[in-house]
Amino acid sequence: MTEMFEKLLMYLEYPFVQYALVVGVLIALCSSLLGVTLVLKRYSFIGDGLSHVAFCAIAIAGVLNFTNDMPVVLFFTVASAVLLLRTGQNAKIKGDAAIAMISVGSLAMGYLIMNMFSNSSNLSGDVCTTLFGSTSILTLTKTEVWLCIVLSIAVVTIFILFYHKIFAVTFDEKFAKATGTNSNAYNLLIAVVIAMIIVLAMNLVGSLLISALVIFPALSAMRLFKSFRSVTICSAICSVCCSLVGILISVTAGTPVGSTIVAVDIVVFLAFWSASFVVGGVRQ
Amino acid sequence: MAQLKCENVTLGYDGKAIVKDLNFSVNAGDYLCIVGENGSGKSTLMRTILGLQAPLKGTIQTGDGLKANEIGYLPQQTLTQRDFPASVMEIVMSGFQGNCGLRPFYNKQEKLLAAQNIQKMGISSLTKRCYRELSGGQQQRVLLARALCATRKILLLDEPVSGLDPKGTAEMYQRISDLNHEDQITVIMISHDIAATLQYATHILHIGKNVFWGTKRDYLKSETGKMFSEWKGGGEE
Repeated sequence: MTEMFEKLLMYLEYPFVQYALVVGVLIALCSSLLGVTLVLKRYSFIGDGLSHVAFCAIAIAGVLNFTNDMPVVLFFTVASAVLLLRTGQNAKIKGDAAIAMISVGSLAMGYLIMNMFSNSSNLSGDVCTTLFGSTSILTLTKTEVWLCIVLSIAVVTIFILFYHKIFAVTFDEKFAKATGTNSNAYNLLIAVVIAMIIVLAMNLVGSLLISALVIFPALSAMRLFKSFRSVTICSAICSVCCSLVGILISVTAGTPVGSTIVAVDIVVFLAFWSASFVVGGVRQ
Repeated sequence: MAQLKCENVTLGYDGKAIVKDLNFSVNAGDYLCIVGENGSGKSTLMRTILGLQAPLKGTIQTGDGLKANEIGYLPQQTLTQRDFPASVMEIVMSGFQGNCGLRPFYNKQEKLLAAQNIQKMGISSLTKRCYRELSGGQQQRVLLARALCATRKILLLDEPVSGLDPKGTAEMYQRISDLNHEDQITVIMISHDIAATLQYATHILHIGKNVFWGTKRDYLKSETGKMFSEWKGGGEE
């Protein structure tokens, strides 16, 4: 045990581990904030759908030999998010079906493009990395860390400033619209922020596991807490702790970062779920 | 000047008209019930009044100092709200959102007013409770308190007693009637409940094959009214 601890302390002195921790915590914080809204709006799977769009965009950028694929990825993801969230209620193809369509479609297209045009020797390795996240969180540069910090601050500020509006639009969009809240604009805002978070989070956990980062903390918090504010705060704290623990475990045990974080999230969810029975039992 | 005036309004979806050439107006202090069979366009009319969709033809104007976004609305409950983690206070406060503009937080005056509206609805003891744990009647009162935060002049109620037990129904009608009489709030209500309609309403708008708009007394004398009240009454026995 002490051996483990010493190993951990040793790792913590490396800057790349410190970077990973900072970025991991920030991404966890951002993704959990809007998770509550997404789960309640019945858009739990949007993380999955959008991350596949991002996967497709990365494939396209790779084929076109872009050195920096960030702008392309951001553009495609934001566009899809807007398409999904804005058309929302009036669309001919509704919520879950639209997400499923975009998700599966872009995954297939991405893989097809990679397969046909890629000049990499290790194709399945590339795909695996993009989908499940890589060790890339351990190879972050200082610039990337700063970019992440700036974007996170932006997301958190937007969330705090628009907190009451996001609540109103999530709880009852019709009422909000009827009483003069510009709900279309706020849906658009939510969509853009979500897309930003997903592009950010792809570095950490990869396409497939982003949904987990978005929904698990929210679902855990909803087991125990009863008001929107307490659920939001709890899910943020919970998400940050999970990703901290997850990264530390993965660094010491050599497990994949993304999957380890999600595993911790699952354990915490089960704990909250059991706790809700105990608390519920006491109350009755 | 009427608070709400509909002139030659045609309602419908995708260019298909459901109701044609509707004319009516609502004055301050009125209690208007909108009745009609299923599919006659009651909800479409409500959505049009609220500005959620545009009329196919004609105009709906607000007047008498009423702005378009000052209409308090009590919608039917949605599926999302059943398991929504929110406290009563949070929900009632969200009624002020329309007045906030870009201001991010609620001010003291609004908090005070919210507390007053909560008291008026008799749910002060529930302020910190979770919405999804309340009974149907309590939830309706929370939403009514929220609607009061959005308006002081006019309330639109979309079948406010659906799903309530007889006691809850009577209580809800009493509260609405009190708001109408004591606070001089205009009430527009969609209703299936003909007995209550005839008890509380001052005016009735009947839409469907035959359109009627006028006072309750005239409605009872009219052919549409006679048919409707008898048919409804017969159905319940």
